[in-house]
Amino acid sequence: MTAEQQSAGWVQQALKVHEDQAREEEARQEQAREEQARQEQAGHAHRGSPQPLPGTVREELVLERIDRARRSRPRVKEERITMSHGAGGKATQTLIEAVFLDGLRNPLLEPLEDAARLRVGEARLALTTDSYVVSPLFFPGGCIGDLAVNGTVNDLATSGATPLYLSAGFILEEGFEVAELTRIVAAMREAAGAAGVQVVTGDTKVVEKGKADGCYINTAGVGVIEHDLDLGVANAQPGDAIIVSGPIGDHGVTIMLARGELDLEADVTSDTAPMNGLVASLLSATPGVRALRDATRGGVATILNEIAKSANVGVLVSENDIPVRAGVRGASELLGIDPMYVACEGRLVAVVHGDQADQALAALRAHPLGGQAAVIGRVTADPPGIVQLKTAFGGTRIVDLLVGDPLPRIC
Amino acid sequence: MRFVDEFRDADKAHALAAKITALCEPGRRYKLMEVCGGHTHTIYKHGLEDYLPEQITLVHGPGCPVCVIPMGRIDDAMALAAHPDVIMTSFGDMMRVPGSNGSFFDAKAQGTDIRMVYSPLDSLKIARKNPDKRVVFMAIGFETTAPSTAMTVLRAAAEGLENFSIFCNHVTIIPAIKAILDSPDLRLDGFIGPGHVSTVIGCRPYEFIARDYGKPVVVAGFEPLDILQSIYMLMLQLSRGESTVENQYSRVVPWDGNLVALKAIGETMELRPYFEWRGLGFISHSALKVREKYARFDAELLFSVPGVRVADPKACQCGEVLKGVLKPWECKVFGTACTPETPIGTCMVSPEGACAAYYNYGRLTRHRVKEAIQA
Repeated sequence: MTAEQQSAGWVQQALKVHEDQAREEEARQEQAREEQARQEQAGHAHRGSPQPLPGTVREELVLERIDRARRSRPRVKEERITMSHGAGGKATQTLIEAVFLDGLRNPLLEPLEDAARLRVGEARLALTTDSYVVSPLFFPGGCIGDLAVNGTVNDLATSGATPLYLSAGFILEEGFEVAELTRIVAAMREAAGAAGVQVVTGDTKVVEKGKADGCYINTAGVGVIEHDLDLGVANAQPGDAIIVSGPIGDHGVTIMLARGELDLEADVTSDTAPMNGLVASLLSATPGVRALRDATRGGVATILNEIAKSANVGVLVSENDIPVRAGVRGASELLGIDPMYVACEGRLVAVVHGDQADQALAALRAHPLGGQAAVIGRVTADPPGIVQLKTAFGGTRIVDLLVGDPLPRIC
Repeated sequence: MRFVDEFRDADKAHALAAKITALCEPGRRYKLMEVCGGHTHTIYKHGLEDYLPEQITLVHGPGCPVCVIPMGRIDDAMALAAHPDVIMTSFGDMMRVPGSNGSFFDAKAQGTDIRMVYSPLDSLKIARKNPDKRVVFMAIGFETTAPSTAMTVLRAAAEGLENFSIFCNHVTIIPAIKAILDSPDLRLDGFIGPGHVSTVIGCRPYEFIARDYGKPVVVAGFEPLDILQSIYMLMLQLSRGESTVENQYSRVVPWDGNLVALKAIGETMELRPYFEWRGLGFISHSALKVREKYARFDAELLFSVPGVRVADPKACQCGEVLKGVLKPWECKVFGTACTPETPIGTCMVSPEGACAAYYNYGRLTRHRVKEAIQA
């Protein structure tokens, strides 16, 4: 089969799926009409001749059709991996659900939270892993070393666990400078010390020049869960408050500018930091925390969508309440990107019982990492599965999962 | 943030919205077209339609540079990129536009050397760094981006850079607007004129719209208050039965345009006899090609391209959407077969495309929004 036929294939396939849905819908409408006719014959209803549906109702029908299409089983349509599959948006999610979850499905994997929660004997543990391929390796505010420690610590912390032990695997490119590697490892040691964890096992591989980009790191981490809270985005309920722990988008914008490809300068540094202390003070002060998430790739917008989808609720946030630093906002405006989708490496999103929003906020603000924490919105009953943003301008729009790849290799 | 927040002031927006509503004659419906995709993006991104009375409908026009590129040209670009010694450079928007052989992204995943650039001048850097390769820039856009392509060609000529060329797909806005005005299936009351294009061509070229077709035109900026004010200015003209060209975006757009930029375009490019627009078909004198004097930078002459016209997938209604005949959601495949992740039509690709803007930001009917806000 030629490439041409293959790609023509997916268009045909997409159209076929669409036509099947249209037929189903037609059948449903036909049924509804028959039902109505029966009722009319039975004298239950008196209606005039059929009127064309008004525009708003037709639009509503189309939107419902789209909702159904979005709920259908995810399929990877591409034949090969593209950069979008790593961007943390829709393509990543589809890949995870259609390939990884489908192939490896088990009840512990299924929630797709930041870390898996396990029971070993009497102990409740959290286990997570993450790989780091950031480019450049050193950037304002940190480097791949502290990023690799903090990222895994944060995945454990936002799962409600106290992080304990980490592993570190290195994939090094032939020719990589030992002095740089030493600096990276020193940064890891410092970050581990700050987070109160130890790197207790590791692995080293070297690949030929050109087969990797200097240094990649994988870390895995294990932590212990010492409370009875049930954390998970599926727990969100209408009326809950949504909180971010600080200004968003710092890390992603820093990396983008650090690459030097844009001839743009701004006073921004990465926010990479371990959040276990922050999480601990939040959880001890607020029993009504329902979910915590580490806002990394895909940014806050992606997490809000996970909340809306997993809990089948609406999410309404207000642009005016979302903290964004001036430098990040300016750079984002210039580059045409939305800070809502830009990665953070030391910020969490919390879903908290509506009545406890104030105490959660106070607990976060009392911690050095949460000084600018803010309530950015709330969970609503309707429309389920959709994140809405009240713009600073006073209008409303949807905040969907990101498509494509504005910022490759940020972590 | 200075120079941004002033143009997003909700109080001013409420005041303008009230004035706009007051100008609506009872029972009359108004259809205003924003020609430029940048405006479409702003309208949806800031939820501007929430401010407008039901009587006013915004119709999204053809001014999205990515959306109007026909499939055949993308196939030609892919054929160029497939040459083993070619490095193709392109704006990011273009990367996902599907041709009949897939998109640049698909080709990139299969090993074709296609690189994203923010400025055409970045292509020259790549050309200098890779003297054994031939760098081809996929030049797209209206008069907005044509000057930067022209400057790049002039720079390459001055440097004597021999391994650089452009695949020229620049189009011009006026013939497209004329095609829409002459289209029988659309009745418009006025135009929100394109802002960025006008920084280059000025406001004069729109005078025929007001004079010959009796439709008001207001050239508008890209912040939400700019657009709201332009709608107010259009409504004011309509209420007085006038039709003139006005410039709301005077802080950036000079009435006569940017003569230096126009000169650079004129020096390096000339009108093509005809060019195919996606969904609109062939429009005469609507696009630019490289002048003979600079033929050594014209990829179409340096390489052989298939040049085959490829019909759009039957179900795709991009043409009707581009002309504003259909609202994005009225297209048969909108949101089901055609989504931003797997776009069938170009309108779903670029963030400036009407379909992508509606899908990403506006996929809520207004009354549903109001209910949710009130709840």
